[in-house]
Amino acid sequence: MEYLLNITIYLPLLGVVAFLFIRGDEAVKWVSLAVTTITFFLSLPLLFNFDVANSAIPQYVTEGTPIFLGMDIKYLVGLDGLSMLLFMLTTLFGPIVILASWSSIKKSLIGYYSMLLILQTASLGVFASLDLVVFYVFFELGLIPMYFLIGIWGGSDKIRATIKFFIYTLVGSLLMLIALIYLGYNAGAATGVYDFTSDWRFISGPDYTIGLVEQTWLFLAFALAFCIKVPLFPFHTWLPYAHTEAPTAGSVVLAAIMLKLGTYGLVRVCLPVFPNAFMEFAPLMAVLAVIGIIYGALVAMVQKDVKKLVAYSSVSHLGFVVLGIFAFNTMAVQGAIIQMINHGLSTGALFLIVGMIYDRRHTRMISDFGGIAKKMPVFAVMFMIATLASIGLPGLNGFIGEFLILNGAFISELYANHAYAVISAIGVILAAAYMLWMYQRVMFGPITKKENESLIDLNGREIALLVPLVIFMVWIGIRPVDFTKYSEEWVNSFITMSEEKSVAVIENTDPGEIPNWTARLYGIESGEQNNLLAQQD
Amino acid sequence: MESPTALVSLIIGLPLLGFLINGLLGLSFRGYRNKKNLIGTIANLAVFVPFLITVYFFVNFNAGSGAIHAKLFTWIDTGGLTVDFAYQLDQLSLIMGLVVTGVGSLIHFYAIGYIYDDEGFWKFFAYMNLFIFAMLNLVLADNLLLLFLGWEGVGLCSYLLIGYWYTDMMKSDAAKKAFLYNRVGDFAFLVAIFIIFQAVGSLNFDVILANLDAFTGDAVFWVAFLMFIGATGKSAQIPLFVWLPDAMAGPTPVSALIHAATMVTSGIYLITRMSSMYVMSPEVMMIIAVIGALTAIVAATIAITQYDIKAVLAYSTVSQLGFMFLALGAGAYTAALFHVITHAFFKACLFLGSGSVIHAMHHVEHKLHDKGKDVHFDPQDIRYMGGLRKYMPSTYKTFLIATIAIAGIPPLAGFFSKDEILMHTMNMGFEGYAGAMYFILWGVATITAFLTAFYMFRLTLTTFHGRFKLPEKVKGAEDSEQYLHESPATMTIPLWALAGLSVVGGFIGIPNFISKTFGGEGAINWLGAWMSPIAADIPLTLSIPAEWGLMVLATLVAVAGIYYSFRMYGNDNQAESDAKLAERFGGLYQVWKEKYSLDELYEGAVVHPTVRFSDRVLAVFDMKIIDGTVNAIAGIVRLTGSLLRYIQTGVTSNYALFLILGVILVLSLLLF
Repeated sequence: MEYLLNITIYLPLLGVVAFLFIRGDEAVKWVSLAVTTITFFLSLPLLFNFDVANSAIPQYVTEGTPIFLGMDIKYLVGLDGLSMLLFMLTTLFGPIVILASWSSIKKSLIGYYSMLLILQTASLGVFASLDLVVFYVFFELGLIPMYFLIGIWGGSDKIRATIKFFIYTLVGSLLMLIALIYLGYNAGAATGVYDFTSDWRFISGPDYTIGLVEQTWLFLAFALAFCIKVPLFPFHTWLPYAHTEAPTAGSVVLAAIMLKLGTYGLVRVCLPVFPNAFMEFAPLMAVLAVIGIIYGALVAMVQKDVKKLVAYSSVSHLGFVVLGIFAFNTMAVQGAIIQMINHGLSTGALFLIVGMIYDRRHTRMISDFGGIAKKMPVFAVMFMIATLASIGLPGLNGFIGEFLILNGAFISELYANHAYAVISAIGVILAAAYMLWMYQRVMFGPITKKENESLIDLNGREIALLVPLVIFMVWIGIRPVDFTKYSEEWVNSFITMSEEKSVAVIENTDPGEIPNWTARLYGIESGEQNNLLAQQD
Repeated sequence: MESPTALVSLIIGLPLLGFLINGLLGLSFRGYRNKKNLIGTIANLAVFVPFLITVYFFVNFNAGSGAIHAKLFTWIDTGGLTVDFAYQLDQLSLIMGLVVTGVGSLIHFYAIGYIYDDEGFWKFFAYMNLFIFAMLNLVLADNLLLLFLGWEGVGLCSYLLIGYWYTDMMKSDAAKKAFLYNRVGDFAFLVAIFIIFQAVGSLNFDVILANLDAFTGDAVFWVAFLMFIGATGKSAQIPLFVWLPDAMAGPTPVSALIHAATMVTSGIYLITRMSSMYVMSPEVMMIIAVIGALTAIVAATIAITQYDIKAVLAYSTVSQLGFMFLALGAGAYTAALFHVITHAFFKACLFLGSGSVIHAMHHVEHKLHDKGKDVHFDPQDIRYMGGLRKYMPSTYKTFLIATIAIAGIPPLAGFFSKDEILMHTMNMGFEGYAGAMYFILWGVATITAFLTAFYMFRLTLTTFHGRFKLPEKVKGAEDSEQYLHESPATMTIPLWALAGLSVVGGFIGIPNFISKTFGGEGAINWLGAWMSPIAADIPLTLSIPAEWGLMVLATLVAVAGIYYSFRMYGNDNQAESDAKLAERFGGLYQVWKEKYSLDELYEGAVVHPTVRFSDRVLAVFDMKIIDGTVNAIAGIVRLTGSLLRYIQTGVTSNYALFLILGVILVLSLLLF
């Protein structure tokens, strides 16, 4: 099985190698489709054979040997409860984005499809890697093709979007790299064997704890890096640009897969590795998340470009995910994980839908449409389902995630305040407002532009790539247990372990040895105060 | 009755199946869309068979052995929250199930004739079936979250059906408005669910109601209050009722089914279901009673001034729903449910009757067009009607019966249920918490009962009596009465069925004091006895003479309303009489006519400021401040320039190759 995991990750690259020999445009498309489709089917046994009861333990693990002397940096991939579904989401979207590009991309096809395939491998690699350096390598590997996809096949303002995307991600990546190096040496020292280790299993495990001062700085560096990727308010302005200018497939991968890397990193690294800082900064993160939810929704409401609207709605939706992660209980974190999948499905579908209408009309301005439902009934139904999923209608996937997150945040001991959940729930009203308003202006009413008179409904290819997404929207909506079961044990055990670790860290902290700000931050009475209290007694 | 799961899944599943069959086939095959008889049959069976099964459960229900439970499958199971697709059939849900599928069947049958010529016939019935599915989930769910699924599901169907003729922007506006106002209520409902889960750790009704002592502090207040706010959305009460009159943009069978008989009573169902919690919070009960009574009179005063036949009925519905909430606030849960049932009969009859009238008026318009006359008039405006009783006898008779029923004339259905509400309100005046308030509310409700009789007869008289006014009011419509005709039997049969129910429907809740007066056991109130295990009713403590007095008074009030209505509108003089009313009530009449300007208030105070703020402040802030900061940084990082040059050379496949080589290099280093 571990071979299968590796094959699944690297198979898309084989397609790129094949492009050395295959040069015809049609052939390139078919090879890409074949490779990603096979990848998807190969990933299925990984899902079916996954041991749900032991989802906290990585499965299908491939472990290389450390390369540099004294440095425990090694090839280490496997899947656990946190990554399983995201991995599957990525393989599912592989053929979908290829099909979505089928007729809309007309220039330098080999380059384009190479980028998509490399992106596929990189995304799969990120979710599968259990060594933080390997994680980082895959992470960076994914940014480069995305950068080219926007910069070369993007819209009219692609250069600005690319620069912005580049700067943001560069800042985030460098921060993460520095923090990673520090963490690696710190953890290496704790092993007693190596100078440096980036083995996630050790770093996130119960045997390794980090002092409060280091935890704080490392947490902030990692969290900032991940929050830029999410993106969390106020680090989000690259997203509307990147989404708007990217070609459809780029937007879809960005929304469905790459935005998850940030939230995924928060759960993968920040939650188990820096538990004290995680818990201490949770209210702050929740505040940013809540602002993002409301702010993103309000800004989405007044967008004139459909794609930008969907992009801002992502800011709002991912605010929910962050809110759930930092609520730090099983219900909310489970909600956050399933919401990552949900957002991938519904926002991915929405970007595909926007792309389909763009292919026909070469505009994305809401005011250029109106009355489309009459001309494109199948499109109208698909669009409606994606819209309803996005606004969290019970019976579809979005509701499950939002409900678990909000209910979990409401009862969160860490937040200890109902306001977070209650204010966020207003975002659910706003979501209905901006999505239905947009839907109405695009689809309903009389046809006012004569260009829209001749619109043709979806073709077989377009229906085929939306139907799987719709199936999963409904499936998660009515049978979420089939999906949440994969991460249940993972979330349970890591929350318990993180709590225990945080207690141990506090117990092992000598109040006299930490700076005052740290003591105050973590509510530890400093040495002097203790002495004073002792004297009073 | 050993294994009811299969039957319950049929009740729930058949409407869903009907939706899927008609929806998917209709969407996929153009040819299928014209098989209207097949589509109509499937859709009707998808409601009628569940009705029969519900009847079977109802007839065989054994109160002694309690509710029938049927779990289909697990829905959510994570983080300590377990929710199933599980249903319970008890006294309350069976009654609601009978109303939904019974009245639903009649309206589905009616709709075949009504919507037959519409090209979206298949879509209409798919949506209607989906509505029944969602509504059954709402009333049969054994837990709050599944109820919420139905709750938002019916909201969706309402949205889809109000906006059924979506090419008309006004209609799709009305649909959106309905959804959003409901969402505001749903937000409060959702928060109530969170509080309940935190207190009880379960969303199952049985568990919640068995652990009411788990609510500490003011948790009961908040849960009860927030759920009620949720109910004001769905059941169109102040402050969220403004969507319902606009919802009349939907086809008339939709108005009858969703916006009169079933969906809008969901709030009453919810509070009745949770009644043993509500009696723990007299403060919230009083709030409910006040809002209910206020809504009743506000909507009734608006109804007096309207010209659109469906608008009058819509405001009448809001007003009657207000009565039901008044009952809930007076601890008369059974009475509220009773009014839900009788209202479903007579209001569905009225709406379908109005549909029959509108159908006829449309027909006139079409005929005139066929004759080459370019005539346009609003087929729902009662000022063009009059005299229709001659041409549409069945519609007239059934409409009149339903009008008498809603006016509260004994022994028709509305009389008993409304009387029960008034009596309980008075009763609460003697019961401790804020008693004096309930006396006032009783007064308000009594005035509203008078107004109800008045405006309903204004509507009936103006529509059906006097002369047919279209020919004299609209140029080109001379002699158009020849095109008036009665609707087909598929439409009049349901009308007669509902009229019949409007006559006899009240007999399920004859007050016990009537039998006691004549020395009986006092056990003639079937509904009261049936509901007693579920509804936490506050018992009546009025004396028998007092109850007789109130009953006679209620009757007199209704008779007075009808009398005044006949005096003003009995002589074919709607225009003069409306003017007379406007003169007599001056500014007040204008307020009624302007519908208390609530739409303008909400638009001006909430909607526009939010949009304007988002557009002019937030969107600018996002671009200028946040993004501006980033751009400033970008200016410093000149590095970007050189990167640009790379992109523009543009042989990407080379980069791809480099990338791959790099990856292979790194990975092989790591692996070996």
